[in-house]
Amino acid sequence: MRRVVVTGMGIHSCIGYSIDEVRDSLFKGKSGIVFDPERKQLGFRSALTGKVDMPDIKGKVSRRERVGMADEGIYAYAATDQAFLHAKIDMDFLEKNEVGILYGNDSSAKAVIDAADIMREKKDTMLLGSGAIFQGMNSTVTMNLATIFKLRGINFTISGACASGSHAIGLGYLMIRSGLQEIVLCGGAQEVNHHSMASFDGLSAFSTRESEPEKACRPFDKDRDGLVPSGGAASLILESYESAVKRGVPILAEVIGYGFSSNGSHISVPNVDGPFRSLNMAIKDSGLDLRDIDYVNAHATATPVGDMNEAKAIDLAFGEHKPYVSSTKSMTGHECWMAGASEAVYSVIMMHNDFVAPNINFSQPGEEAKPLNITPVTVEMKVNTVLSNSFGFGGTNSTLILRKFVK
Amino acid sequence: MKRAEIIEKIISFMSEEFEVEPEVIKPEAELMKTLDLDSLDLVDLVVIIEKNFGFKVEAKDFVNIKTFGDFFEYVCQKLNITE
Repeated sequence: MRRVVVTGMGIHSCIGYSIDEVRDSLFKGKSGIVFDPERKQLGFRSALTGKVDMPDIKGKVSRRERVGMADEGIYAYAATDQAFLHAKIDMDFLEKNEVGILYGNDSSAKAVIDAADIMREKKDTMLLGSGAIFQGMNSTVTMNLATIFKLRGINFTISGACASGSHAIGLGYLMIRSGLQEIVLCGGAQEVNHHSMASFDGLSAFSTRESEPEKACRPFDKDRDGLVPSGGAASLILESYESAVKRGVPILAEVIGYGFSSNGSHISVPNVDGPFRSLNMAIKDSGLDLRDIDYVNAHATATPVGDMNEAKAIDLAFGEHKPYVSSTKSMTGHECWMAGASEAVYSVIMMHNDFVAPNINFSQPGEEAKPLNITPVTVEMKVNTVLSNSFGFGGTNSTLILRKFVK
Repeated sequence: MKRAEIIEKIISFMSEEFEVEPEVIKPEAELMKTLDLDSLDLVDLVVIIEKNFGFKVEAKDFVNIKTFGDFFEYVCQKLNITE
């Protein structure tokens, strides 16, 4: 089995538009959550959201290529452009080598709704324009990035709800480990527009602490009242160790474990058994002892049942060993399809800068969180090994283990 | 609207949509080649004409449009502009 390393990362999120900006936000415990008045006018129960500006890619990407890009594709381009630069991969390399893409995405709601509005008004499908089909498909991110960056390896989208980005990294890791690919662009993207979040808001799953946006997302806290939707995109360049050495590029981290499972139960209510099996599978895959894990980046979105069952699963899996636990969603909100990838990026940033980011808004632990070592403040310490959980609707679970690279 | 105004409007939205300098849109220049259009772009051309002038170009009409001059003439005819 070959070793799989990370050689580049890029991020476009509500807590920063570069690795450095995000590092500072994570360290300071800065929230990216705001109140969006338009959502209130549209009848949203909660108008809270991560604030993510649209990157300006005109001049970098041709008109023909931009026409087919939906919001999440534009975010993903921004993150990927950073990641390839970070990994010292240019267009010449991409045209001569077989680089793949496995990216998490599970909606393109705005593109589909906008097209439906035009269709109803004009009653003529040609007037939807040439980009509507490419913007509206679930694979919009991979089809666009693969075209723009001239990717010639594996190419498809992973739709695994809020575990999409994590599964994308897991599958990229398996592809490289088994020798099928040398380099795969992995990541996750999530549209932030109201179109994509209306039906989720309708489930009453969002926090309504609208008077204090930055304090609204409270994973594991006794007074948590739901998640806050967010998004953007995160990209990681996964590469075989041999390829990284051959190219002479710095290695940022190593992916050493991937676990997954399906709950086999309710469509939206998570359980303990599924996440527990995913955690254990990742640990077994990594070959590590539980005591080697320094930090757990929890999925914890701040829903009452989700956090409770994840806390139970972590406690059950780790027993007496108490690694630091935090949910970076306390700052970013729930980045949904992107979350598994962004949280891998956040974890590697912590590894490189010797700190554990805080679980902000953690004032009083919920009963089930009491056995965990959840940190409400930044902890400055060496972080060598991280376990990151991501769970999604339908009971899909993914766990990644990343480690500081040691030759 | 007069013919000159129509032409000015076409140059403006075409240069903006297809990201070319307005100066390259001359009556004698070839439309497809100058704007570097492929079959997908023609769909977008139909969309912007409808947005700006309120009528839809039929695919068969493109057969006789080679230059921008042909295109200006075609639009003016559709809008019954003679001067």
